[in-house]
Amino acid sequence: MTIDTSELAALRPDMTRFAYLLLRDSHAVEDVVQATMLTAIEKQDGFKNNSSLKTWIFTILRNKTIDTLRRGKREVSISELSEDDDDLEEVLFNQHGSWNQEMKPKAWGDPEASFEQSEFWTVFNACLHNLPEQTSRVFMMREFLEFEVDDICKELKLSASNCWVTLHRARAKLRLCLDANWFSGQGFQESRR
Amino acid sequence: MLSCKEANRLISQELDRKLSWGERIGLKLHISMCDGCSNARKQMGIVHNACKHAFGLADKSE
Repeated sequence: MTIDTSELAALRPDMTRFAYLLLRDSHAVEDVVQATMLTAIEKQDGFKNNSSLKTWIFTILRNKTIDTLRRGKREVSISELSEDDDDLEEVLFNQHGSWNQEMKPKAWGDPEASFEQSEFWTVFNACLHNLPEQTSRVFMMREFLEFEVDDICKELKLSASNCWVTLHRARAKLRLCLDANWFSGQGFQESRR
Repeated sequence: MLSCKEANRLISQELDRKLSWGERIGLKLHISMCDGCSNARKQMGIVHNACKHAFGLADKSE
């Protein structure tokens, strides 16, 4: 079936954000998004109406992004691996491994309701965007490209322990970011009025 | 007995791999007695779910 090019163009911002979280290079992102749109137009006969256009396009985008990651993996420098806050655990926990009192997580109320609100997604995307480059890449490969952890280590040439630590750190940072900017902050309170 | 720090590592890892029997028991026991880690686990679960819904790609039947 024929796809509507204006519908395709409307997906561009989401495609760009998605690819950026993995590639972190605006030229590479632009190339991947263009190539995806081109492939979509060339192969539009392959699009069946039983899936949404977005799902179909994102399947192409995922594959193109993985190809680019693979081609570019030599450029991932070792210095990126020990990105900033190695001491995140030291902030969260005391020397006995218990929560530092002010960092102890509090209940978030009804988080699923937040998923219905566009403001929540603005905050969520900003939190993803704020992850350091390599942390973001590892996390996106796991959660969005659904790689197994072993495969992420292989693709990015990371040690297994580094991979696990990076994933843990990404989740901890996202949890803290959502807490500060949504659940404990104004966003959530206002959204409940 | 696991520390909160150790429990938190397992809370993340259970999203990526099947924990061993011993790890599961240890984590369950810790969480039953620790509000902070219980909340941390829920929050990491929400982060994980949010990823499934981000970019509007979630299957609506979920």
